[in-house]
Amino acid sequence: MNGVVVAGVGIHPFGRFEDRTITDMGVSAVRSALAEAGISKGGFQAAFCATAYGGVASGHKVLSRIGMTGMPIVDVEAGCASGGAALMLGAAAIHAGVYDTVLVFGVEKMPKGMIRSSFFEPWQEESGLAATPAYFALRAQRLMQDSGVTKDHLAKVVVKNRRHGVHNPNAMFRSEVDADAVLGSRVVCEPLHLWMLCTPNEGAAAAVLSRAGDGAGVRLRAAVLRSHLPGSVLNESTPMSGLVDDSVPAATTLAATAAYEEAGIGPEDLDVVECQDTDAARELLSYEELGLCKPGGAAALADEGATELGGRIPVNPSGGLLSKGEPLGASALGQVVTLVHQLRGEDGPTQVEGARVALAHTVGRGANASVVVLSS
Amino acid sequence: MSANGVARPVREGLFTDTADTADTASTVDTGEAGQPRLLGSRCEACGRHTFPRSDTCPYCAAQGARPVELSGRGRLWTWTAVTTPPPGYGGDVPYGFGVVELPEGLRVVTRLTEADPARLSAGQPMRLVVTPVLADEGGPVVTYAFAPEDQP
Repeated sequence: MNGVVVAGVGIHPFGRFEDRTITDMGVSAVRSALAEAGISKGGFQAAFCATAYGGVASGHKVLSRIGMTGMPIVDVEAGCASGGAALMLGAAAIHAGVYDTVLVFGVEKMPKGMIRSSFFEPWQEESGLAATPAYFALRAQRLMQDSGVTKDHLAKVVVKNRRHGVHNPNAMFRSEVDADAVLGSRVVCEPLHLWMLCTPNEGAAAAVLSRAGDGAGVRLRAAVLRSHLPGSVLNESTPMSGLVDDSVPAATTLAATAAYEEAGIGPEDLDVVECQDTDAARELLSYEELGLCKPGGAAALADEGATELGGRIPVNPSGGLLSKGEPLGASALGQVVTLVHQLRGEDGPTQVEGARVALAHTVGRGANASVVVLSS
Repeated sequence: MSANGVARPVREGLFTDTADTADTASTVDTGEAGQPRLLGSRCEACGRHTFPRSDTCPYCAAQGARPVELSGRGRLWTWTAVTTPPPGYGGDVPYGFGVVELPEGLRVVTRLTEADPARLSAGQPMRLVVTPVLADEGGPVVTYAFAPEDQP
């Protein structure tokens, strides 16, 4: 997919905004992206809006507000990977020759507290099985069994991402934390402490995609979405049973493999990565599933400091979801905003010197996994 | 089950705490007559098991999977404890939460009766029990859970 460029990006900060509606935030991000791309009314032929909790016609409400309707406007839900799904659809439509320019955006205003998901059935809720952080904890516990990951590694991920997030004006948490403080925060679900879990919140992000040749921009080399294959009891499809068989590839691995092939690169070619850090263990598992290290190598990669800014392959220079919080529909496009800034050399104190190839990864309930590859 | 009569399961068709019936015999004989069992299915085409019961095999998509009772004993594979009541749950916290491997080649997500993660370990022998989650106007509501073999 070498024929698509990201012509402009925009973001509304991630956080809690009592005085702003989900539509207000969407308008803010979309206006910024359109302005960067130099596009006004009539400048795009389709729009894809990602949201999981936005409700009916979230995308239409944003574009109605700014007087830009008439083209197809489609809302897309794919859990934590919703933004990646919208990006995939927009890019594929350009690639297929259907449109020249497409607007992709994501909006979210999450409920507070532990998220109630319509994914679970009443009997699961009543049995206490709809405990989302507990599923993260089961996965973290297995990672500790299989990959030599310790609680210190989990804390290390939080310390790294919060250190990066200090510099991100769009992040919810902009203060550093040390490992003692992370390990001193209350246990939510052993081994996960409160500060090892991201905070559901609010925000919006947008990107304008155009056929290459219509203007300058970062190239979109791949935008892949994959669902899970059944087998792993811990995959994000949150099944009630699975097989005693660890050979079934994860949705993230499926998406990454396809994205590397489409982009004609391998993980060794990446300069910077934004990955799903819903919890600290999820980031470590993503290192393995994305091929940043061998299976079982996540702890060693973290020990080496490779994924810190200044390391061999910096991960989450934005501060990740652990700093930004997670507005489901907007989070994947928020990653793209950061990586476009990186590839333009405009990411300020968190800039990775000479970054030319970047990868964004989200994965969430469904299961849905999205992997996006961008290059300068 | 309770003093005032029948306990209501969170959903029919998930588990039984009565004896085996002829048409749903377990594929693994673990000699547990009278113990509660999870109700699963076994695909006639690929031989894999699933829980809860499904007419269609999630692995090979063949239809007409055979209903079976699953083994009531297994080994702990991963675990945690839930410390805050999740959405839609009216029972007590904390409670244990984990995955148990059954001899059928199946891993099952389940509540655990042991709420202290430090008292659990990988590979620990576990057995199925039926446990109350709350009481409503109709009496106690029960669901499935696994308990360490060495606990009453």
